[in-house]
Amino acid sequence: MTNFDYHRPHSLVEASELLSRDDAVALAGGTDLLVAIRNHRSHPAVVVDLKSVGEISGEVDIEGDLLRIGGRVVLNRLIRHEHVSRHFPALVEAASVVGSIQIRNRATLVGNICNASPAADTAPALLAYSATVTISGTAGNRSIPLEDFFLGPGSTVLARGEIVTSVDLPIPTTRTGSAFRRVTRRKGVDLASVNLACVVEPSGVTRFGFGAVGPTPLLAESTLEDLSTEDGWSRLLAVTSPISDVRAGADYRRAMLQVHSRRALRSAVDELGAAT
Amino acid sequence: MSARERPIRLTVNGTDRTVVVAPSMTLLEVVRTGLQLTGSKECCAEGECGACTMILDGESVNSCLVLAVEADGSVVTTVEGLGAAGTTPLQEAFLAAGAVQCGFCIPGMMVAASALLERVPQPSESEVREGLSGNLCRCGGYPRICAAVVEAARAGGPDA
Repeated sequence: MTNFDYHRPHSLVEASELLSRDDAVALAGGTDLLVAIRNHRSHPAVVVDLKSVGEISGEVDIEGDLLRIGGRVVLNRLIRHEHVSRHFPALVEAASVVGSIQIRNRATLVGNICNASPAADTAPALLAYSATVTISGTAGNRSIPLEDFFLGPGSTVLARGEIVTSVDLPIPTTRTGSAFRRVTRRKGVDLASVNLACVVEPSGVTRFGFGAVGPTPLLAESTLEDLSTEDGWSRLLAVTSPISDVRAGADYRRAMLQVHSRRALRSAVDELGAAT
Repeated sequence: MSARERPIRLTVNGTDRTVVVAPSMTLLEVVRTGLQLTGSKECCAEGECGACTMILDGESVNSCLVLAVEADGSVVTTVEGLGAAGTTPLQEAFLAAGAVQCGFCIPGMMVAASALLERVPQPSESEVREGLSGNLCRCGGYPRICAAVVEAARAGGPDA
């Protein structure tokens, strides 16, 4: 790998300062970053390791009606967390298919989001569960809905020096039904051709997160009533704009969206029915 | 030692080691070239194949995707650290099952299997398949490898 300077700051202020250079990158799990550096897609002069920053938590915490997933929480920790599997099963399912066990022992949820792959497996579930992103920077802190976080492939709203300190999920006050579905070329360790998650509330409000069918992960909202008609499905899926690439053709993606969105809704409604 | 190089401390297979590394060196490179422990292999170098699997502070990782400087102060187990005091039930089971063909994936398989048995002492065949899904075998010797891990669990439990 080409050489770079390595810093391991202990505070957010220090980390933001180091990351305010335009040739600095943040390192969390490293499972995407080190591959990018080795393949010459990233040429940082400075790598800022966030693992010792005290204010960035490696824990999943409950704060009031929020589940807060700290910036250093690795996917396997998330998957094995009791509250996450109780309230957000589709997220656990999605996180469980990222890479391999070895990858999930290092890769963080926040890193998966900040990498901003349109096919990020955790993004559809986070969108459907109405996640917000808490961001810290030299100008202060801000919190934004996840659907406003992504700008395009590999691109987010993060300004220079800004760091995502947590992803927060509102804990549902009533039981919800949810489902995650994914289409890949092979069973394991593959990027998704299409991935999606669906959350249904008892009121009939239905939220879908879609991945790998647009320049960013996408959120679409509807109702069970609307989704009882073909027009309703057309409106729901209008947000997507699949392209053809090495993993799948656009037509195939559109077809799989139709099939798997309906299957996901059916599973989510079944789960909701079983819960009430 | 160039300006960027720095000493790091690792406990590797129970022994404290200090080694001078450049920030861009991976844990795998340092263990193989600096510490001369060449059991762990570099193959895909992007976290797909698992040939470089080590146990870092209790968790299995792809050591090709960990910077050595990130591991400063950590406890590392490589394949050389398994069965240092004689063959383990896991190694015996691999031998008995004929699980080793060309052998290139085997160090990573052994370490991943050892991490799996630590967490799930009596895994089912499907748990073994899931537990080793981050390790590719280019000979396609999966059935015997999985059978060996199931047998090792039966023979040795968590100490396999």
